[in-house]
Amino acid sequence: MPEAARKIRVQFRVNGCGVEVETFSMARLLDVLREELRLTGTKEGCGEGECGACSVEMNGALVNSCLIPAAQAEGAEIRTIEGVADADRLHAVQEAFLKCGGAQCGICTPGMILAAVNLLERHAQPTEAEIRDGLSGNLCRCTGYARIFASVIAACRQTEPRA
Amino acid sequence: MRSHIPSYELATLPSLAATLERMAREPAEWKPFAGGTDLMVLLEAGKLPHRKFLNIAHLNELRGMAITPEHVCIGALSTYSDIRRHEILRREFPLLCSAAEQTGSIATQNRGTIGGNIANASPAADSSPALLAYDAELELISAAGARWIPYSRFHSGYKEMDLKPQEIIRRIRLPRPQRPWKQIYRKVGTRRAQAISKVCFAGAARVEAGLIQDIRLAFGSVAVAVVRATQAENILRGQEPTSTIALESQDALLRDIAPIADMRSTAEYRLRVARNLLGEFILSLAE
Repeated sequence: MPEAARKIRVQFRVNGCGVEVETFSMARLLDVLREELRLTGTKEGCGEGECGACSVEMNGALVNSCLIPAAQAEGAEIRTIEGVADADRLHAVQEAFLKCGGAQCGICTPGMILAAVNLLERHAQPTEAEIRDGLSGNLCRCTGYARIFASVIAACRQTEPRA
Repeated sequence: MRSHIPSYELATLPSLAATLERMAREPAEWKPFAGGTDLMVLLEAGKLPHRKFLNIAHLNELRGMAITPEHVCIGALSTYSDIRRHEILRREFPLLCSAAEQTGSIATQNRGTIGGNIANASPAADSSPALLAYDAELELISAAGARWIPYSRFHSGYKEMDLKPQEIIRRIRLPRPQRPWKQIYRKVGTRRAQAISKVCFAGAARVEAGLIQDIRLAFGSVAVAVVRATQAENILRGQEPTSTIALESQDALLRDIAPIADMRSTAEYRLRVARNLLGEFILSLAE
């Protein structure tokens, strides 16, 4: 076995709470979230940045947590699927996924919802093409995507500004 | 198989000076680590031979865009998202913005950096043909100082480049166009989103009075590194964009590129697609 590096202390915020973990500098943020912080809503799919199952927000930007080394999370503000609902009140995107059948097996769902929430924060009323582009990094093997797109469209309607 | 994570080190030093100093003191011992979108994939696949990395993602000196009347300077840590959103780049360097938009997913675009794309030196890099077409120059820095080199001379072979172990890419300089160019960026892959190119192409031409006054053609995924198609360019310069001259330039292209067969495509397909992309661009110049 090659010589082991020492663990480092990393401080950052997750869903609004400050956390501190002791981990290896090259440990994946995905593993830190799931194993150290027990936030198992974030899923691992491919582990190589292709499928989006591990999507989280880092400083407001959508990222694949499997591609973030722990050392680069220092000082960051992370939002995971556990931080999307407001206490017991689901986010409009979560409601819409429930209503429109946007989830089946559920493995892609946390990443898909994070990608959709992030998209709607950037464009409150995206076109269908923008929705497809915004979710193009998130793979689903169950739904055929139609119900996922329908869910996002329904969520936009919910947040439509009232005249 | 996954890598043994404890045997890797990603160190964060407080400043650019300290980072360069470390690289100078222990050359080849440390490699820079920016957005991680290539390195983390290798790590996960158990294919990252190097063990010690210096985190550069927090270094503000490598960030941001600077605009002068003659140039746009793009900090090496600029992400694909930074590039695709930048108004002046969108207006004056659309090939680069198209490349950024077609690279990976939104999540990859939020992390992947242009400096990393260059230093990763993939022959299939999406932004590189655009940089070649724009006559980009690179500023390389080390503890000993800085130097500028034309990007066209940076890659010398498969994953070989003019970058010393103690140097990092600081910024990319693009000369601003003084007159309008006709431009096209085309990426051909297996699917639209997230695919790695089978062939990518950046073409820019200045057509005046029906003649091609100047032309720049750059291809990715068809040689050991991204290439300028200078033989084809020489055929076209000063000519009318006719189907005869297009055909002549397509034949000359054979001397510029050397596609191979790999997991993504065959040599024959790449050659055919490269020829077609070139032909399509030349004929579009007549419109």
